[in-house]
Amino acid sequence: MRQKFARLVGGVAIAALAMGGVTACKSDSGTDEAAGDSCGAKIAFFGALTGPAAALGVNMNGGVKLAIDKYNKENADCQVTLVPLDSQGNPEQAPALAQQALDDAKILGIVGPAFSGESEAANPFFSEAGLVHISPSATRPSLADQGWKTFFRAVGNDYSQGPAAGRYIKDVLKAEKVYVVDDQSAYGAGLADEVKKVLGASVVGSEKVQGEGKQSDFSATVTKVKSSGATAIFYGGYYQEAGLIRKQLTAAGVTATLVAGDGVNDASYITGAGAAAAEGTILTCPCQPATEARGSFVEDFKALNGGEPGTYSDVAFDAANILLAGIKAGNTSRDKMLEFVKGYSGEGVAASYKFTETGELDPTQVKVWAYKVVGGQVVPDQEIPKS
Amino acid sequence: MDFNALFSDFGGYTITGLTVGAIYALVALGYTLVYGVLRLINFAHSEVFIAGAFAAIWGWAAFGLDRDSVVSGFGSIMLYLLVGALIAAVASAGTATVIERVAYRPLRKRNAPPLAFLITAIGASIAIAEAFGIYTRRLPVGAPTVVKNDVLFEVFGAEVTVVQLLVIGSALAMMVALDLFINRSRIGRGIRAVAQDQNTAALMGINKDRIILVVFIIGGAMAGVAGMLYDIRIGTLTYSVGFLLGLKAFTAAVLGGIGNLRGALLGGLLLGLVENYASALFGANWKDLVAFVVLVVLLMFRPTGLLGESLGRARA
Repeated sequence: MRQKFARLVGGVAIAALAMGGVTACKSDSGTDEAAGDSCGAKIAFFGALTGPAAALGVNMNGGVKLAIDKYNKENADCQVTLVPLDSQGNPEQAPALAQQALDDAKILGIVGPAFSGESEAANPFFSEAGLVHISPSATRPSLADQGWKTFFRAVGNDYSQGPAAGRYIKDVLKAEKVYVVDDQSAYGAGLADEVKKVLGASVVGSEKVQGEGKQSDFSATVTKVKSSGATAIFYGGYYQEAGLIRKQLTAAGVTATLVAGDGVNDASYITGAGAAAAEGTILTCPCQPATEARGSFVEDFKALNGGEPGTYSDVAFDAANILLAGIKAGNTSRDKMLEFVKGYSGEGVAASYKFTETGELDPTQVKVWAYKVVGGQVVPDQEIPKS
Repeated sequence: MDFNALFSDFGGYTITGLTVGAIYALVALGYTLVYGVLRLINFAHSEVFIAGAFAAIWGWAAFGLDRDSVVSGFGSIMLYLLVGALIAAVASAGTATVIERVAYRPLRKRNAPPLAFLITAIGASIAIAEAFGIYTRRLPVGAPTVVKNDVLFEVFGAEVTVVQLLVIGSALAMMVALDLFINRSRIGRGIRAVAQDQNTAALMGINKDRIILVVFIIGGAMAGVAGMLYDIRIGTLTYSVGFLLGLKAFTAAVLGGIGNLRGALLGGLLLGLVENYASALFGANWKDLVAFVVLVVLLMFRPTGLLGESLGRARA
């Protein structure tokens, strides 16, 4: 008897759920018609919020959050929500996440994808569906050559960062023997190739290691660098391996200066290497220091996120603001939003923004900065001269 | 192929290879001991190692050492090393005990099929690794410089540093001690008996469950010390490094002959050397490919590994 009762109750509960599902679907389809109204619009952040490269994504997400928070305070009657899409920096997860974004008709624009690898996997979906996305950090040059209609980036690409890193090694460090290491990723290898082109014959050796947390022992590489007598090392890759390599180089008595790209430009690099080993490391970035952003950005960021802004926090903030400006101007469909970004020209806290035909940031706006690790902190060193 | 890089620095690659191999060997012991007694691949052993590695860092932190501290003076170095090793060994042995109690013993009592053990092992491994990942916010954790990596002496033009000597020396010492323990002591005899035939051993008055627990504790303690040595050598720990290192150590155990203690040592050192030579010859991106091709070829000719399977068997 009791069992029967339980079944009955269960049956009723399932029926209720099914009914609820039907009504939920109905209200969902209703949002499609309502998409003409900007209220309830959404902006997504696409990047690593967990996983080995999470620290970079969290920085950017903080910038986007701040932009939306400010917008919502100024437009209390018409709120925009942030949808975090956590890719873990993994290209394999990117297509499914892209689909998730496309399925939500309220998402009018995306800040991201943050990394080059995941961009290659996700961007074709966005291009086909016409959903605009502005990456604050994917710097692989070939991304702009894929014919994607919806691709924009608010930073310079590796072609601007790589040669600048090379020029810094040649002109500022005046190193005659340079060892180049990369992690075989689209980003790291691309950057290393650009550096090699600038340095030419002063590259005394090069090595490819395994990235994505797959290698933690670099003793063979360390031995090679040591016997090459290099006075500068360029590493193309991300902070986790860079920290390990720097620590193991120093432990083996190699004092050569490590120069690396923006993928290493993060406080976690110093945590990994230890402040003593990390001291003096040069990090390039096609971005000006987040802490030098204009206006009250730094204080506002700290107030909302409870920590200093990091690499690309300011650019992500600007990218989100471009999208928000579009919503504010009444561009409440994905097509109109795309047109708005194409024609956009304006000032942000990090730089001025205007995009080329292929979605690149206008070359005259790109600034490449060198940063230096001093006393356990990444501090701005100098803007690298254009040539 | 870069023969020049390999031969101009052959001694250097040999020593760093042996250092890597010594850590593989210590972790491989856990796989081999458990396999020898239970015919079970304890895939969660990689997380037993990680537990020890984190415990050592947090233990040192409790004594006021952070990632930027440098310990000096022979006395305090030895003290911190002993403290670190002890904390790591206890933490790892504890983790291994919990895994055995929670994931394996209940299954054994119910005569579960081998596949069930495999799945609980992988499940325990992922659960523990993720727990560490969440707790450390998936960020790398820096270890203090307990032992400064000064060059101690030179052999054949290759510099040998304190850390390298420490890692290889302590691995060898522990290996010899364990070998003696298994072959000479009363508990060791029990382990060998259970490895040969659990039921007969039980009939002879050996407490099977206690022997199995002892095996997990010994394997765990070894992995814990390996974890501390890893901290000292690599200097930075991320929650996810256990998986690949565990896989390598398991490979080393198979290479030497799983179930065979001396095989684990031989397999570990050999794998470390092959990896390092391959890195020198072909570049670091080739090292896993070469190492595993060597494994496959060796197993073709010696299917039971270099020294063959035996914990109790061969000498019984």
